[in-house]
Amino acid sequence: MQIISDVREPLVTGDKTYHDITQDIAGRVEDNPAPLWWAAMAFAITLLISGGWFLGDMLWNGIGRWGLNKTVQWAWDITNFVWWVGIGHAGTLISAVLLLFRQKWRTAINRAAEAMTIFAVICAAVWPIVHMGRPWLGAYWVLPIPNTFGSLWVNFNSPLLWDVFAISTYFSVSLVFWFMGLVPDFATIRDRAVTKFGRIFYGALSLGWVGGAKAWVHYEALSLILAGLSTPLVLSVHTIVSMDFATSVIPGWHTTIFPPYFVAGAIFSGFAMVLTLMIITRKVYKLQHYITLEHIELMNIIIMVTGSIVGIAYITELFMAWYSGVPYEQYCFINRATGDYWWAYWSMMTCNVISPQVFWFKKVRTSIVLTFIMSIIVNIGMWFERFVIIVTSLHNDYLPSSWTYFEPTLWDVMCYVFTFGLFFTLFFLFAKFFPVINMAEVKAVLKSSNHHVYKNRDTIKDPFDVV
Amino acid sequence: MAHISNTMEVDTHYILGVYSDEDDLKHGIDHIREKGISIYEVFNPYPVHGLEKNLGYGHSWLPKAAFMFGALGTTCAITMQTGMMGGLWPMIIGGKPFISIPDFVPVSFEMTVLFSAFGMVGSFLVSQDLKPYKVPRIFDRRSTDDKHIVAIDLAKNTLSEAEIKTVLQEAGAEEVNRKDFTEEENNPSFFKYLGDLFKYGVRSTSRPK
Repeated sequence: MQIISDVREPLVTGDKTYHDITQDIAGRVEDNPAPLWWAAMAFAITLLISGGWFLGDMLWNGIGRWGLNKTVQWAWDITNFVWWVGIGHAGTLISAVLLLFRQKWRTAINRAAEAMTIFAVICAAVWPIVHMGRPWLGAYWVLPIPNTFGSLWVNFNSPLLWDVFAISTYFSVSLVFWFMGLVPDFATIRDRAVTKFGRIFYGALSLGWVGGAKAWVHYEALSLILAGLSTPLVLSVHTIVSMDFATSVIPGWHTTIFPPYFVAGAIFSGFAMVLTLMIITRKVYKLQHYITLEHIELMNIIIMVTGSIVGIAYITELFMAWYSGVPYEQYCFINRATGDYWWAYWSMMTCNVISPQVFWFKKVRTSIVLTFIMSIIVNIGMWFERFVIIVTSLHNDYLPSSWTYFEPTLWDVMCYVFTFGLFFTLFFLFAKFFPVINMAEVKAVLKSSNHHVYKNRDTIKDPFDVV
Repeated sequence: MAHISNTMEVDTHYILGVYSDEDDLKHGIDHIREKGISIYEVFNPYPVHGLEKNLGYGHSWLPKAAFMFGALGTTCAITMQTGMMGGLWPMIIGGKPFISIPDFVPVSFEMTVLFSAFGMVGSFLVSQDLKPYKVPRIFDRRSTDDKHIVAIDLAKNTLSEAEIKTVLQEAGAEEVNRKDFTEEENNPSFFKYLGDLFKYGVRSTSRPK
């Protein structure tokens, strides 16, 4: 029996057949790239190369190229790291948490969102590596291997080391989850191949998958367990990232609300980035029948909810600073809102707490243009959130003689641009060579969620007939 | 048994029933199984929920493998951390004990997940014989596009080919085809497959012209 909600729309519109799904999605991989794709790729590679030049220069000359000083020893590097990791969280949330909750609308967006996760984590991983100054020695500092300076091991009491384990586990498990999801779709493209290259390339990637019913039984179990593992994993990753700050004794960082607050913020910014990318992909690849307004609206609701959670967290922080009675803590929060960096604090508040409230209106939730604008505003706001937490907690420390105002240099900006170049290059390559929508999963929901079934919104009464 | 394997036919012959709809497929499978025909395998473009019940397949054992690998990961993580922090080079950090269990929770958790996920995926790939250089035995290329294919092995059934075809038609199959695999196709060589591909090009595709 299938009960159709009055407030839900079908997931696949436009009277699509199974073959249409294959044709619409695999066809994008098989067609020659559009001029728009080349233009986008050229733009991404320009960012990559220009940013890469500055990054190389920074590595050659040292991190003195950045605007760091003895008071603000961490600024854009860790801000960008937390921001990129946070963006990554939406992919896992969509594919794992929504799978556990049986939210079928994930099927159209999980592939691209997981790809985004992987690329965002790669961009995030750039920062801890390059900020070491001499990254070629990094293996000794972060990995549990005995080193040549004596058999001194890494420190398992340090949250920075927990981060190494969390991020690398998160990256590799997400990669495996994403790849296993791609295998049946690669098999579809292999079987549709008309060129030798297509047959060999997608044949190798499909691992010889033929879709036997026994294999599908195991495959379904695999997806479910990987989702079950990824759910606590994704929560642990941003929890541990927040512990980089929360386990310290710096006023402004030393708060127990950080783990849930960071996780909510991560989901918030991640969904915004998914929307930014999916609205473009949907338009360029004409996927309006698969990524419908219903999908966009549901994502907007998640943005509104997580944005409000983040808002409550900001207010709780202020309350706790007052209630704790610790003058340093109180000063830190007053300084955030009214000190030198007031503009960053209020940008954060406007972008993250106030602006998502427009999603209470259905007109705004279902408007593509407004959603796109909002998705960018949210990501700007989330970048400011990390900047505010990091820089405003450091720049006025205990000793007024060392108070300072951090200003980024060109190298700060261009190294950040480099990660954008990396992210977009990887994403555009993915969008061209891999199927952007999970064909097998969309086919699996087609029969129960097309417009024929939804037309009359009849509840199908026969309890023996599984629709 | 040597004399049997020498004379045993190594080519295999299958009768394929083609379905477009998952519910027709499930009813069809019930009908075929009622007639006492053993089904070799069904190939689907997407996971059909409940199909394993019609086919009489059990649950997957992969969750057990995942648990075992996870337990191994936890054990390794705790051993590594207590060994390095408590045995090999004890250090006083923040006045904490050398073996400070709460601090070991995050890394132990991450390694549990890591071992569990990779162990399970590895078990899946090995048990299903999935590998990049595998030459798949493809019954019908449309089975990764929009058709469900029921394959019946002639050698495993006592009914004749004509009888099986009749049953498949009764069971609502849209098309009934025959597919033969030679001995070589049953035990394909990857290098020969590559060689043939370069020699003859792509000979079959599910992409419509």
